[in-house]
Amino acid sequence: MNWQAVRAIYHFEMARTRRTLLQSVLAPVISTSLYFVVFGSAIGGYIPEVEGVSYGAFIVPGLIMLNLLTQSVSNATFAIFFPKFSRTIYEVLSAPISHFEIVASYVGAAATKAIMLSLIILATAALFVPLRIEHPLWMLFFLVLTALTFSLLGFILGIWADNFEKLQLVPLLVITPLTFLGGSFYSIDMLPPAWRTVSLFNPVVYLVSGFRWSFYGSADVAVGISIGMALLFLAVFIAIVMWMFRTGYRLKP
Amino acid sequence: MSDRPAMQPIISIAGLSKIYAGGFAALKGVDLDIRRGEIFALLGPNGAGKTTLISIVCGLVNPTAGRVTVGGHDIIRDYRAARAMIGLVPQELTTDAFESVWNTVSFSRGLFGKPSNPAYIEEVLKALSLWGKKNARLVSLSGGMKRRVLIAKALSHEPQILFLDEPTAGVDVELRHDMWQLVRRLRDTGVTVILTTHYIEEAEEMADRVGVISKGELILVEDKEALMRKFGGKRLTLQLAAPLAQIPPALARYGLVLGKGGSELVYHYEGEGGGQDTAIADLLQDLGRAGIGFADLHTEQRSLEEIFVGLVSEREQNQTGEQG
Repeated sequence: MNWQAVRAIYHFEMARTRRTLLQSVLAPVISTSLYFVVFGSAIGGYIPEVEGVSYGAFIVPGLIMLNLLTQSVSNATFAIFFPKFSRTIYEVLSAPISHFEIVASYVGAAATKAIMLSLIILATAALFVPLRIEHPLWMLFFLVLTALTFSLLGFILGIWADNFEKLQLVPLLVITPLTFLGGSFYSIDMLPPAWRTVSLFNPVVYLVSGFRWSFYGSADVAVGISIGMALLFLAVFIAIVMWMFRTGYRLKP
Repeated sequence: MSDRPAMQPIISIAGLSKIYAGGFAALKGVDLDIRRGEIFALLGPNGAGKTTLISIVCGLVNPTAGRVTVGGHDIIRDYRAARAMIGLVPQELTTDAFESVWNTVSFSRGLFGKPSNPAYIEEVLKALSLWGKKNARLVSLSGGMKRRVLIAKALSHEPQILFLDEPTAGVDVELRHDMWQLVRRLRDTGVTVILTTHYIEEAEEMADRVGVISKGELILVEDKEALMRKFGGKRLTLQLAAPLAQIPPALARYGLVLGKGGSELVYHYEGEGGGQDTAIADLLQDLGRAGIGFADLHTEQRSLEEIFVGLVSEREQNQTGEQG
């Protein structure tokens, strides 16, 4: 294991975050606060309690998940797309470093950033609504697992994208709709039965549901299934990344 | 160093081929051994396969067939050991924009698995006249400075082999000479240097051995001195006192050529050991007898460039000949 290299890439990526601290932290915090103001206070007042918690508090896990997903994906996408685009990737590819180490360091850094951001948003949320976290360890488990899984997805998209349009395509057309339809702002039990069934094909539902369970102890789908699905996504993305590196897909001609 | 018996080549390339996905054959069965501690120049026109060859050795391109070992380590099976020995300076100026010089060079060292060593990085930056710019962001540097940064990155992990892919393309004279000095210093410390270039001047100036690659095939590998002797030849140019309309028949056996409207006489002859040691003396005597006076004369070695162009075009003619 080339720890020096893993550390070098990880630090490099984290340094990039520090340089852009303002837009990478402030922007999500502001947008989340806006959600609370609009949904929690303005509209939320008219919405009855959901599963025994106020609407403002109910949407907190979903909002955090929403940020976690989009941040994980975009962090990792940019982290690998830019070196590829600017061709500085040559250095990483020519270094005595394994595929696993490359992925671990980039995905690790992307996930770290996303998790840090989620915790900041959680703290911001605590200023607006009363929060309770029934299973803090499980909450961290879902946080870390989701961050890793979707950072991996971002990494895959970053390798796949060969222009700036594609870079935006998947987050815009797939990830955003999935997160909004994934029960971030509602319980899927509120949906008509047919849409509820459709929702079960949305992977984000399982993550939001499991994550919300770790807060309030109630879930849309059984927690075991949530965990199983989260692990399944992780396994699928790992398999894709392994295939990409083995074949040199868009990295090594 | 050079008298060590039966020295293993530091890089051994055997039967190396690369066919890109589009079907383009960039390398066609290249065999090449690089000796430890030498400066090897890989010469060839654009698109000849120089960069592909380097990229395969460094792990940037997957070979289609063949085998490469670096320091005895297979570049695929034992890639860590192989790559740790190599520093690569790519052809393009590819740098991160917002990093500082110091950070990017330190990053490279870490990437190659070496524990941080600020004293060594300082040494490298000073040797490349980058020390004053150590905190500058890369985006603010000139092209020449970026080139120096890329070299510093390649040297940051104390490699035993340095690849320079077109190191002086678009570089000013000063930097070019700095770079040549640096390469010689590196060679003195035992580093093997492989450079690709289509500036023949560079190979002529620095290389111990020269390989000529054309259309994916290595058409020649030779000691530079031997190459110059073998293909070099010399040229004697006489500035005549009075222009000549034609070469007198008495001088026909020399194969002289009149140039510059008859005011210049050019004589081609073999260099040392060519069996024509007295040829110039004979020629000058015959000129005197023919009453041809000259104001000045100089001799010059045929340059590597002429040899190279000759080799490549000769080969191309042969190939079209075979096809036709």
